[in-house]
Amino acid sequence: MAKRIEATNVTAYYGGFKAIENINLTVEPKTVTALIGPSGCGKSTFLRSINRMHEVLPGARVEGSLTIDDQDVYDRDVDVTAVRRMIGMVFQRPNPFPTMSIFENVVAGLRLNGVRRKSILEEAAERALRSANLWDEVKDRLGKPGAGLSGGQQQRLCIARTIAVEPQVVLMDEPCSALDPISTLAIEDLMFQLKDKFTIIIVTHNMQQAARVSDRTAFFSIEKTGDPGRLIEYDNTQKIFSNPAQKKTEDYITGRFG
Amino acid sequence: MGDTPQRSAHAGTGGNPVATSHERPAGASARVAERPGNPGRPDGGLGGGGALPRARAFGAERAFRGLTLAAGTTVLVVIAAIAIFLVAKAVPALRANNESFWTFEGWFPNDDPPQFGIGALAFGTVLSSLLALLMAVPVALGIALYLSHYAPRRLGNTLGFLIDLLAAVPSVVFGLWGRDYFAQPVADLSAWLNRHFGWIPIFGDGPYGNSILLGSLVLAIMVLPIVTSLSREVFRQTPTANEEAALALGATRWEMIRTAVLPYGRPGVIAAVMLGLGRALGETIALALTLGSTYAISFNILASGGNSIAANIANRFAEANDTGRGALIASGLVLFAITLIVNITARAIIYRRREFTESAA
Amino acid sequence: MTTTLTPRRPRPPAQPATLRARRLPAYAAPVIAVAALLLAAALVYGAGIGGPVLVVVVGALLYLAGLFVAANAVEGRRSARNRTWSALIHSAFVLAVLPLASVVWTLVSKGSERLDANFFGTSMNNIGARDANGGAYHAIVGTLQQVGIATLITVPLGVLCAIYIVEYGRGRFAFTIRFFVDVMTGIPSIVTGLFVLAFWVLIVSPWFNDGRPGFSGFAAALALSVLMLPTVVRSTEEMLRLVPAPLREGAYALGVPKWKTILRVVLPTALPGIVTGIMLAVARAAGETAPVLLVAGGGAAINFNPFENNQSSLALFVYQQAGEASKYSPARAWTAALTLVALVLVLTVAAKLLARRNRLGR
Repeated sequence: MAKRIEATNVTAYYGGFKAIENINLTVEPKTVTALIGPSGCGKSTFLRSINRMHEVLPGARVEGSLTIDDQDVYDRDVDVTAVRRMIGMVFQRPNPFPTMSIFENVVAGLRLNGVRRKSILEEAAERALRSANLWDEVKDRLGKPGAGLSGGQQQRLCIARTIAVEPQVVLMDEPCSALDPISTLAIEDLMFQLKDKFTIIIVTHNMQQAARVSDRTAFFSIEKTGDPGRLIEYDNTQKIFSNPAQKKTEDYITGRFG
Repeated sequence: MGDTPQRSAHAGTGGNPVATSHERPAGASARVAERPGNPGRPDGGLGGGGALPRARAFGAERAFRGLTLAAGTTVLVVIAAIAIFLVAKAVPALRANNESFWTFEGWFPNDDPPQFGIGALAFGTVLSSLLALLMAVPVALGIALYLSHYAPRRLGNTLGFLIDLLAAVPSVVFGLWGRDYFAQPVADLSAWLNRHFGWIPIFGDGPYGNSILLGSLVLAIMVLPIVTSLSREVFRQTPTANEEAALALGATRWEMIRTAVLPYGRPGVIAAVMLGLGRALGETIALALTLGSTYAISFNILASGGNSIAANIANRFAEANDTGRGALIASGLVLFAITLIVNITARAIIYRRREFTESAA
Repeated sequence: MTTTLTPRRPRPPAQPATLRARRLPAYAAPVIAVAALLLAAALVYGAGIGGPVLVVVVGALLYLAGLFVAANAVEGRRSARNRTWSALIHSAFVLAVLPLASVVWTLVSKGSERLDANFFGTSMNNIGARDANGGAYHAIVGTLQQVGIATLITVPLGVLCAIYIVEYGRGRFAFTIRFFVDVMTGIPSIVTGLFVLAFWVLIVSPWFNDGRPGFSGFAAALALSVLMLPTVVRSTEEMLRLVPAPLREGAYALGVPKWKTILRVVLPTALPGIVTGIMLAVARAAGETAPVLLVAGGGAAINFNPFENNQSSLALFVYQQAGEASKYSPARAWTAALTLVALVLVLTVAAKLLARRNRLGR
C-alpha cells in the first residue's frame, strides 16, 4: 500500500527560472515526512514534481530522477496519469468540484478509472469518508453539493477524494493553511491514522505542525531571492527540532532567520 | 519566512495552538459589547455640536435618488410601451385579415381584402435558427476549448481576441458574403446531398439557390464567433484548483475537461447558446439576403425558398401600405413572443443550476 | 477502523499495476492520416461520388476512426478517448477558420476596390445605374449622427438605471427592473425598429409633421438606444458591483452623503469598465441595419439634419447597394461594408484595450 520514494539530483524550472536544484532525498514507506523552509524555497515545487503536477504549469520542467519503488516517474514511457493515480495530492486550498455532490466528489477518481458499479462506488465512498473522519458529519447529505461544507470539512472531503483511489503515496501541500485551528487539529489527527496505510509527504509553514505530525523533516532554503532552493538538512524530526546539524536549520527553527 | 518565530522555539513540545488563538478575539468582542451608550462626542469642528441635524426632506440626496429611480422605471416603461404600441398597430391589421393569421401560407396584406399568415414565417424562423445552432454550437464549443485548454497560451489569447473581433462584425457583412460568395458552394453541396442522400426527406429536389440550408449556414457562421467568445470566457474561468484536482486524480486532459471544466461552465454555456439562439431568431439582414422569400412550410432545406419573420419584415417593408405595416408589426409581435419564451427558459435553466455553482465561490 | 469494514482486496480498482504504458509511436498519427486520405480517395473516386472536398472530409473521418482504433488497441480506452477528443477539438478549429477567413478575405479584397476619395466624398444623389462613382458620404454622416444621438440618450439613462439597481434598489421593484433589463437584452433589433416605427414614426411624429409619418435619423437613434440600453445597464451594473465596499464605507465614514460618494468615488473607480461597456454597445449599434431600415427611411442625398427627412446609414447603405441591379453597386456595397467593419473594429479594439487596463477587472 505504501512505497518508497527516492529523489536523485532533482532540479526543477519555471521557464528560465531554476526553482530547486539537486535535491537528493529518500522517503520511507508508511512515514510522514514534512518539508519545511522559508517562502519561495521550492518545497511546494519539489512536492509537485513528485507526482508530475509541476509540468502542468506552462514552461515548467524537471530534471534528475525520481523513483517510486525503483520505477522512475520521469521515464519516457511512463504514463503520467498512472503516476498521479499512484501518488495522490491534497492542495493548499480545499478544491472540491463545485458542480458535484459530496458523494460524486469522493468517487470522482474511481469513476475516471472506469468503476461504474454503484455498490463498489458506495462502499469505496463510505470507506474513504470514514478514513477521512468525515463520514458521520456527511452521511445524511451525500447528495448535497460538496462546496456547501465548511472549509475544514471540504479539505477532509478532498482528502477522502484522494484516498478513495487508494494511492500509495499522499502528497499534501500546506493542507491546513486555509483552515481554522480546530479543523487543522482534525486533519493532523487524520494524518496519524493515515500513515498506517500511506506514505505521506506534507509541505507546511507551521513548524509546530511539522514537529507534531512528522517522523522525518526536510529543511529547504535559498541563499537569496532568485536563487534555486536547496535541501539543507534531512533527518528525524526530533533531531531536526532539538539538535540540528546545520547552523541554518537551527537559525530557521529558532526564528532567527526567515 | 518562518511565521511565529517566538513560539517556534517550543515547537518540539507540540503545544496546542487552538486555545490560545481563540481566547483573545472572543474576549475582545465581549468587551466591545459591554460598553453601553455613545462614546462622548466632542463639540465644535466639522462634526457640529448639540443635536444631530435632521435629514432634509428635499436635498440633493433625494433628488439624485429620484433621478436614478426614474431611469430605472424607464426600462419598465419602454418594455410596456413596446408591447402596447406593437399591439395597437397590429390589431387593426389583424382585424382586416381575411385569412387565418396562424395557418395561412402567404403574405398579401396590401391587397383588398388583405390576406396574410404567420405560420410559414414562424416555421422558417425556428427551423433556420435551430439548424444554425445545431451546426454552430458543437464547433463553437470545440474552438472555445481549443483556445482555453489546448492551444499554447499566447496563441490562444491572440486567436481569442480575433474571435472577439469577428463577433462584432455586423450581420449585413455575413449576409452579403453568403449571398455573393457562399451560395454557389452551398448549391453544389445541395446537389450532392440530393444525389446521394435524396431518400432523406429534408434533402429534397432543387432548384438550388437561396435556401434554408444557405440561410442557416450563414447564420451558423455568424453565431459561431459569438458563442465561441462567450464560452471561451466561461471555460477560462474554471478555477485552476479544480483542474489540478482532476489531474492529480490521474485524469487525462479530456477527462479533466469533462470532470472540471464542462460541469463548471455548463450554465455559462447554456447562456451563451441561448444568446446565440436569440441572435439567430432575430437576425434580419443576413437572412433577408440569403433566404428565398417564399411562403410555404416545407422541410426540404435544399430547395430555393424559406423565409423568416425578421427577413420578411425587411423584404416587404418598402412596399407596405398601412395594413401592410400593421401586418408586419403583428409578425414582429410573434417574433417578440418567441424570443421572450426562449429568454425566460434560458434564465430558468440557469437559475435552477445556480444551487451548485454559486456555493462554489 | 477501515480495515474492519471490508476485507482488503489484492489491488484497488483504480491503481495501475505499473507506471509504464505502451504508447503509440510518434509516426503513428501521420501514417494513419496518410492511410486515411488514400483510402478516402480510393473510396470516393472508386464509387464516383464526389471530388477532392469529399476526399478530405471522408479522410478526416477515417483518420479519427483509425486513430481511435489504434490508440485503443495500444494505449487503452482512456487514452484513445483523450486522443480522439483532442483531434476533434482541433478539427473544429480548422473547420471554423475556413469560412471566417473567407469572409475576412472577401471583405478586404472586394472592399478595397472602391476605397478612394470619391467614395468618402460623395453621396448617391443623382447616381444612376450606369455611373461607376458615387459614395457613402451621406451614409457615414447618418451613422455618426444616429449613433451619437443614441449614445447621448442611452448613456445617462443606462448609467443612472444601473446606479439605481446597485446602490438604491431594494426588494421586488429593483428585481423587476433587473429582470426586464435581461428581457430587453433578448429583444431582436427588428422589433425595436418596429416599436419606434409604431410609436414615433407613425403615431407621435405626425403631430409636428403635418400628419405625415416622420422617418428620420432621430427615429433611428431612438431604436438604437432601445437596443443599447440593456447592454449599457448590464455592463455598468457589473462594474459598479466590482467597486470594493471599503471604498464606499470610507467615504460614508467621512460624512460624505451617498449621492456624492457615488458620483465622486464609485463612478470614477468604475469608469474605465463602464466606458468599455458603452463602446461595445456603440459598436454593436453602429452595425445594425434592420431598425434603421424601418425608421430612417434611407435616401441617397446628404442630410445633416437628423430630425427631419430621410437619412441613411452605412449598414443600410450596404444592404441597399446589395439589392441594386447596377454592376457597380457590389463594389460600393463591399467598400461600405469594409468601412463599417473598420469603424466597428476600431471601437471594439479600443474598448478591449481599455478593459485590459482596467484595474477592477478580473
